[in-house]
Amino acid sequence: MSEIADKVKKIVVEHLGVEESKVTPEASFIDDLGADSLDTVELVMAFEEAFSVEIPEDAAEKIATVKDAIDYIEKQKAA
Amino acid sequence: MFRLDGKTALVTGASGGIGAAIARTLHAQGARVVLSGTREAVLAAVAAEIAPDGERVHVCPADLSDPAAADALVSAAEVAAGAPLDILVNNAGLTRDGLAIRMKDEDWNRVLEVDLAAPFRLCRAVLKGMLRRRAGRIVSIASIVGVTGNAGQANYAAAKAGMIGMTKSLAQEAGSRGVTVNVVAPGFVQTAMTDVLSEGQREKLLGGIPLGRMGKPEDIAASVAYLASDEAGWITGTTLNVNGGMAMP
Repeated sequence: MSEIADKVKKIVVEHLGVEESKVTPEASFIDDLGADSLDTVELVMAFEEAFSVEIPEDAAEKIATVKDAIDYIEKQKAA
Repeated sequence: MFRLDGKTALVTGASGGIGAAIARTLHAQGARVVLSGTREAVLAAVAAEIAPDGERVHVCPADLSDPAAADALVSAAEVAAGAPLDILVNNAGLTRDGLAIRMKDEDWNRVLEVDLAAPFRLCRAVLKGMLRRRAGRIVSIASIVGVTGNAGQANYAAAKAGMIGMTKSLAQEAGSRGVTVNVVAPGFVQTAMTDVLSEGQREKLLGGIPLGRMGKPEDIAASVAYLASDEAGWITGTTLNVNGGMAMP
């Protein structure tokens, strides 16, 4: 797993207070990890801070799963 | 009841009559208070009067007409207090009165900026931490004219009505995290702002107030202390009208 993926997972575990084993790439923040809409906004803000990237609103809306977040951040970092 | 021991509060506009009374009351209830405003010397005097020994009182001047000032103020207040903010009191405000047909854009914009946009930015800045900590109190000081309107105050009434709508929205956004957001809407309070009224104006005014007197800054401060307390934990999105019965919306 990449460094970014590790860090994303850690942020999700910390923020949502879920077990690490549940934070699979396919896990949906809302459906599988018990997040509400405010949690997802806070997660995006946590990602922005942790990775020093800006995630605009329309991109943030499309980040539904752990993999979505990792992919988006990796793409930004590669750019 | 209504103790605020261990809590940290930021009060904007603390150099004014109502703001100073709010700061004094929150401090008396046990809170650590950070006083903000544009007039540093007056803030220092209010702070010295609240606590001559400087105990639990701090001064952080800020000019909220600068869009960057809100974020900076929240950071500065937390550094000065050495603790995150548990309570935000949006009290700072100004008026630029005039009948609409003669009101300049700059008078409209300035009032909307300082009385509505600045409180929004402060709410946004403190909410991040409050949501994370699952606790917090925001109390914004609007005005009865935000509910009733007032000739000569289209800008001020719009800003204060906006504050009420904003508060209801924020209350819905923050409710799931135990953060409450409320408004206190004062009626006519005896301050420098109302001292300029003529005797005739004053008499007419009192005739419209069932409780027969102007408000005291302490009347407003007590409502703020209540809404800031743990005991008010099931009240959010509300507007508490503190006006001697002048309007009962």
